[in-house]
Amino acid sequence: MTDTTPVLAPPTSMRVTPTFLIGATLVGLHIVVGLLTLVWTPYDPTAMTGGRLAPPSLAHWAGTDRLGRDLFTEIMVGARIALSVGIGAVTIAASIGVTLGLLAAFASRTVDDVLAATLDILIAFPTLLLAMLIVAASDGASLGTAIFAIGIASSSIVARLTRILARRVLAMDYITAARVSGTSWLGIVRIHVLPNIWPTLIVNFALQFGLAVIAEASLSYLGLGAPPPNASWGRLLQEAQATVYTAPFGAIAPGIALVSLVIGLNLFADGLRDVADPTRRRR
Amino acid sequence: MSLIDLTAVSFAYGRGRPVLDGIDLRIEAGHNLGIVGESGSGKTTILRLLLGLVRPSSGDISFRGAPIDPGDRSFMRVFRRAVQAVFQDPYSSLDPRQKIVDIVAEPLRSLKIATDVDAAVAEALSAVDLPREAAGRYPHEFSGGQRQRIAIARAIVSQPELVLADEVVSALDLTTRIRIVELLNVLSANTTLVLVSHDIGFVALLCQDLVILEKGHIVEQGPARDILSAPKHPYTQRLLESTPRLPDFA
Repeated sequence: MTDTTPVLAPPTSMRVTPTFLIGATLVGLHIVVGLLTLVWTPYDPTAMTGGRLAPPSLAHWAGTDRLGRDLFTEIMVGARIALSVGIGAVTIAASIGVTLGLLAAFASRTVDDVLAATLDILIAFPTLLLAMLIVAASDGASLGTAIFAIGIASSSIVARLTRILARRVLAMDYITAARVSGTSWLGIVRIHVLPNIWPTLIVNFALQFGLAVIAEASLSYLGLGAPPPNASWGRLLQEAQATVYTAPFGAIAPGIALVSLVIGLNLFADGLRDVADPTRRRR
Repeated sequence: MSLIDLTAVSFAYGRGRPVLDGIDLRIEAGHNLGIVGESGSGKTTILRLLLGLVRPSSGDISFRGAPIDPGDRSFMRVFRRAVQAVFQDPYSSLDPRQKIVDIVAEPLRSLKIATDVDAAVAEALSAVDLPREAAGRYPHEFSGGQRQRIAIARAIVSQPELVLADEVVSALDLTTRIRIVELLNVLSANTTLVLVSHDIGFVALLCQDLVILEKGHIVEQGPARDILSAPKHPYTQRLLESTPRLPDFA
């Protein structure tokens, strides 16, 4: 007797949602601007090109800062710094976090308990506080130190999430079936575990990216991030603090840049999950 | 010929009390075997031992006379090719991220079996009455019965000598169960089946021999016909009496 249940029609398209498009547009805009600064900026970001604290004009779209530097140019360069920090920190957090999380998931119960307790302790420290401790313990504030510190601080969250997701996958019958099929543990990680935890991880990476951008801005605001003359958004906000009532655009412009990138990353993360998950595709 | 032998096998999780004790069992090529017992009787643990997924606390398990050694990669490759399995839940036994072609082809690729993978997958799907185009779909596009067919296709694609099936129809509706039983019956012409189930009626349809498990001990074993017609152990009698029957309205 043949099973007469019809085989369903194949999915026809990826689910590209409006939020994904908005997120991708915002993130894409920052990437384009960041890359553009490698070859062109309206002005030299370190040169005094106008009057001090000048309001927005055709010559200076976002006005000038307290030293007469073009704010729009500094915000453009700040995008490149923010993206560099995000990419660097997430790469470090993902490399360390996913590796540790997978090891914990596959480890014996005792090793897993020790790793889980260590991660719990690390997570109890706020990312910014941990990053501040690492920067303070290093030779001095630099962009590289900020990236390293934020990456290390975020890795415990990635490790914890990876461990939980991987353990859930390892309990499924298709993992037992893979073992029976002769698939090695490394093969199981590559073929089954990573593809199944990837959609959730990628959302988390995008969120961590946004948090890393905020953390770098916070470190720079406190004087522990990218040192001058790097035009970090956090440093621009810190410099604009003293003149926020007389020249508010000095704080508003980098604030808009920071918020738009973080919102864009969050929306992009949601959309990525839908694209990466075949069970969520539209028929 | 004996495929797998269990001799005085006991098994306990950690330092707990044994869930299997003193199990002697022989699986012969061409003789389908049913392992029957209620929840907690140890039947799934026997299946895991037979699959080489866990090692016995004591006793010996051998495949074609040689002890099963998970550390011997070349031996395990031969063993895995010869012994495959189908699991109870057709929803969790297929990786939702993989296309059917990759699911069914996994034993061929992992065991490095030199063959035309696409042709072998198409043949396996055909054997379980699924169309060739199913290979390009994902598991969520199929019904429960179809998923179980895909799991069976994966189990037979390496042309194993022995297929172990754990409660293979218990998650399916009655009509689908009948179809799967018919399919297993056809497949058993080429492959020896070991069916693990709480349903003595289901395994009796396909198996020549039965093993009755109670609380980790074999309480009765022998030809299915003898056990069904004259059960000796009270537990077997209770199992047979508890098999659902249509009420007599006459």
